[in-house]
Amino acid sequence: MSDSLDAYLVLAGILFAIGSFGFLARRNAISMLMSIELMLNGVNLSIVAFGAFIPELGAQGSVIALMVMAVAAAEATVGLAIVIAIYRNKRTPLVDEYDAMKQ
Amino acid sequence: MVRRLIPIVLGLALLGIVTGIAVVMIVFLGQDWGDALFWVFAATMIGSGLLVVTMRDIIRCGLAMIVCFGALAGIYVILGAPLIAAAQVIVYIGAISVLILFAIMLTQTKDAPSRLVFQTQAIPAAIASVVIAVVIALAIAATDWSEAAERVRVATDVMSHLLFEQFVLPFEIVSVLLLAAVIGGVFLAKREPGGPS
Repeated sequence: MSDSLDAYLVLAGILFAIGSFGFLARRNAISMLMSIELMLNGVNLSIVAFGAFIPELGAQGSVIALMVMAVAAAEATVGLAIVIAIYRNKRTPLVDEYDAMKQ
Repeated sequence: MVRRLIPIVLGLALLGIVTGIAVVMIVFLGQDWGDALFWVFAATMIGSGLLVVTMRDIIRCGLAMIVCFGALAGIYVILGAPLIAAAQVIVYIGAISVLILFAIMLTQTKDAPSRLVFQTQAIPAAIASVVIAVVIALAIAATDWSEAAERVRVATDVMSHLLFEQFVLPFEIVSVLLLAAVIGGVFLAKREPGGPS
């Protein structure tokens, strides 16, 4: 089981699907950011799995995964700062009460 | 008191079932340690990932996310990429999880967890995510990964040569990106002088 690329890719797909469900369904803005982190981790797992199983890629898969991690860290920083800035104005973390652009 | 114990007992029971299946796989089915560990880490990751998106208390969601990231680090070790596993532990468990937990503590009001957890579109979202998972699984099963040969172990020295020779420009761009993220985060989250309290 741990020697087939398919198992890792299916695992990454399941993690991505769980993250997409959380992103679409949760009301809390921070829960949505956590779901985005889950999706990024699913993608990262598939990248590392491809790098580990396809000899032509070699270490390049791992390098790309490191880049993805750095971008994810930057995304978490800016996203959480935006959530805190919105919370300071609206006094709620729930996204369905952010309706200032609807009016 | 009893109601607080129920999730702990359930969690321990699930962990016991997963470990039991792993022991059965090693002892009776004759599979090796890699398969059993892969099973344990995959089950832990999927289970805690489901807890992240379904639990009511958002602090517990954050803690479940840490468990999910730790299991994923174990899977990276099985895949033969120990440096990525170390980076996963340092970046995700050490930095991003702490950041998210602090943001949770800064933004939650007292009554927030007791009210509705999901939006009204939860059922379409569940259907959509199941469809995504099925489509990905079908695509993976239908594709012939004939290139996939013996697993490649990524040595740290090989990877560092690659990172600092061929990928040195993306490396520098990432450093600039992180600097921009730090400045942007401080700017967005700082209080305006004379603004709303």
